[in-house]
Amino acid sequence: MKPFKLAAALAASVALPSAGLATDLEVTHWWTSGGEAAAVAELAKAFNAAGDNWVDGAIAGGGSTARPIMISRITGGDPMGATQFNHGQQALELVEAGLMLDLTDVAEAEGWKDKVFPPSLLEACTVDGRIYCAPVNIHSPEWLWLSNKAYADAGLPVPTNWTEFVESGPALEAAGKIPLALGNQAWQSNLAFNAITVAVAGLDVWKQVNVEKNMEVAAGPEMAAVFAAVGDARKLAAKSTVQDWNQATNLVLSGEAGGQIMGDWAQGEFSVAEKVAGTDYTCLPGLGLNAYLSTGGDAFYFPKNDDAEVEAAQKRLAALLVSPEVQVAFNLKKGSLPIRGDIDLAAANDCMKKGLEVLASGNLVPSGDMSWSPDVVKQNEDLMVEFFRTDMAPDAAHAQWVSNLESGL
Amino acid sequence: MAEARRVNRMWRNMNAKIAAVPMILTTLVVFVGGTAWTVVYSFTDSKLLPRERWVGFDQYERLWSNSRWLTSIENLMIYGVLSLVFTITIGFLLAVAMDQKIRFEDTFRTIMLYPFALSFIVTGLVWQWILNPEFGIQHIVRGLGWESFTFNPLNNPDLVLYGLLIAGLWQGTGFVMCLMLAGLRGIDEDIWKAARVDGIPTWKTYVQIILPMMRPVFITTLVIVAAGIIKLYDLVVAQTSGGPGNASQVPAMYVYDYMFQAQNLGQGFAASTMMLLTVLIVLIPWAYLEFGGRKHG
Repeated sequence: MKPFKLAAALAASVALPSAGLATDLEVTHWWTSGGEAAAVAELAKAFNAAGDNWVDGAIAGGGSTARPIMISRITGGDPMGATQFNHGQQALELVEAGLMLDLTDVAEAEGWKDKVFPPSLLEACTVDGRIYCAPVNIHSPEWLWLSNKAYADAGLPVPTNWTEFVESGPALEAAGKIPLALGNQAWQSNLAFNAITVAVAGLDVWKQVNVEKNMEVAAGPEMAAVFAAVGDARKLAAKSTVQDWNQATNLVLSGEAGGQIMGDWAQGEFSVAEKVAGTDYTCLPGLGLNAYLSTGGDAFYFPKNDDAEVEAAQKRLAALLVSPEVQVAFNLKKGSLPIRGDIDLAAANDCMKKGLEVLASGNLVPSGDMSWSPDVVKQNEDLMVEFFRTDMAPDAAHAQWVSNLESGL
Repeated sequence: MAEARRVNRMWRNMNAKIAAVPMILTTLVVFVGGTAWTVVYSFTDSKLLPRERWVGFDQYERLWSNSRWLTSIENLMIYGVLSLVFTITIGFLLAVAMDQKIRFEDTFRTIMLYPFALSFIVTGLVWQWILNPEFGIQHIVRGLGWESFTFNPLNNPDLVLYGLLIAGLWQGTGFVMCLMLAGLRGIDEDIWKAARVDGIPTWKTYVQIILPMMRPVFITTLVIVAAGIIKLYDLVVAQTSGGPGNASQVPAMYVYDYMFQAQNLGQGFAASTMMLLTVLIVLIPWAYLEFGGRKHG
């Protein structure tokens, strides 16, 4: 009798806690700057309020530091509950290897197909007709952030587009400012390059190169003009010596630098510092030349797990992330754009409204993360950081860039 | 007879041999096996996950036409040669200075060895701040009145390697000094006495008698320092993260970036195989001279 009782008691103690109690879900991400952390706190708050427990697994140092850690945990058999990736090809092989949870049933129950806008975001989550990730925001990297104070100090009008910005560079430098703040990390140089490509070469060229992968256009005169423009940017950024993107944003915030090319997440830093869009700083989507934004973004992937409880909690979190309330709360803090077209962002500031307008007008281009493998992206990052910090000739960089793209065909 | 004796020797000291089995297995499976696996998979086009699609020497061709890899190799050679020469020279000179029966020797030894207790990450960050023009040496000297003084090695592609070298030397020479000091203390007092009786000047005793006698110490130091140079990674990550541009990249960073960030294992394996080859090129002639030569002699 005794062993039976013991077994029963043990069984009960195991069964009891799982009935209706909170499930711990570890969520890894690389959102660690002030504005980003405030946004993540909104997600955690909503998940905890729904009865589960968000275990925060922030990894400092940006995506390029965090992703290897996440991937080795997943492939090494120590999966977290959920993890951030930029959707597209970063997690593609993990999905193909069957390491990610299929969210198609959640997506169908919640009607993601009709609500997620632009639809390319959900397409980037789809592999062989099944959905593997929950998009949370739209990244648009093609923004030029300008410091009104720096221009006032130098006695210049705030530029309204990239061409004026380049022209104002020497005068700004004479007033002791850094015209263009640029962090030394490779991905930031590549981001600036891509933003200048969309702005200078325009949508058609961008699509022909990055979507249709037409190598003749990539080697053609339109892209040569882009490389010349990046050569201009390089001169303006020569005095910038910071490392992280938020240190560069801080130079713009304090008026030591004229401007910075950075994604909409820079907005979070401005709002943490309580700066007002339009009076303290100015933002130009598409660098003020071509108001196109590329719609990459962040998405959460849910690594496969043996525990049915955890799986249920994963699906609850996936549904929650796309829900309208969470979308509003999260994106207002982060300064990024929501992934659904059916919600009202009345509280949005000047810059977010500009972004929403571009989004509504449909001037969207798919991001490089979605169309090129991480291998190609890395090679381009290496090239761009070298180009920005040495006196490499623009046509040499152009030729190398084309051969980088060809390696990914 | 000879046969029986060999069998006998094999079965002798069984306890020690059984105790060594786990270590031997670890060496064979983890080190040798892992190395072989890496070399084999460097001939595939493995991306995020390893797969057996053979591509011959493609990964190596791409590697040796990549400007970042070529810069890394060049940097490693410059850093390696300078670092070897300076750590060993400075380390030896410091050890000789320590050996002059000075007062407070223990205190000085502690001070000299202290940097070695810090990790390369801390060393890198500390020197990043010291060499930063806004906070470090340049700022202080300008504050003292030399307004035009410029010292900004970490943001100058031509000087950044020397910025790394300063930090590397600061960290490493204390340890080399201790090794050398141990070597000097191991020299018999009688040799010094004999040299003094013969009227040989002190500097000549060091160069012509003590230095040759310290050959084993020098070889140990050489191997330790050289191994540290080839795996140089964390110091660069902390101090410059390879910048400005790609001016301070090293091979280990290339391996890590391509294996994990670019999700291109094949390329990373090819690069790490080349690193292994570099080590072997240094190690094999040395091992042959050290161990091969002795048997005949």
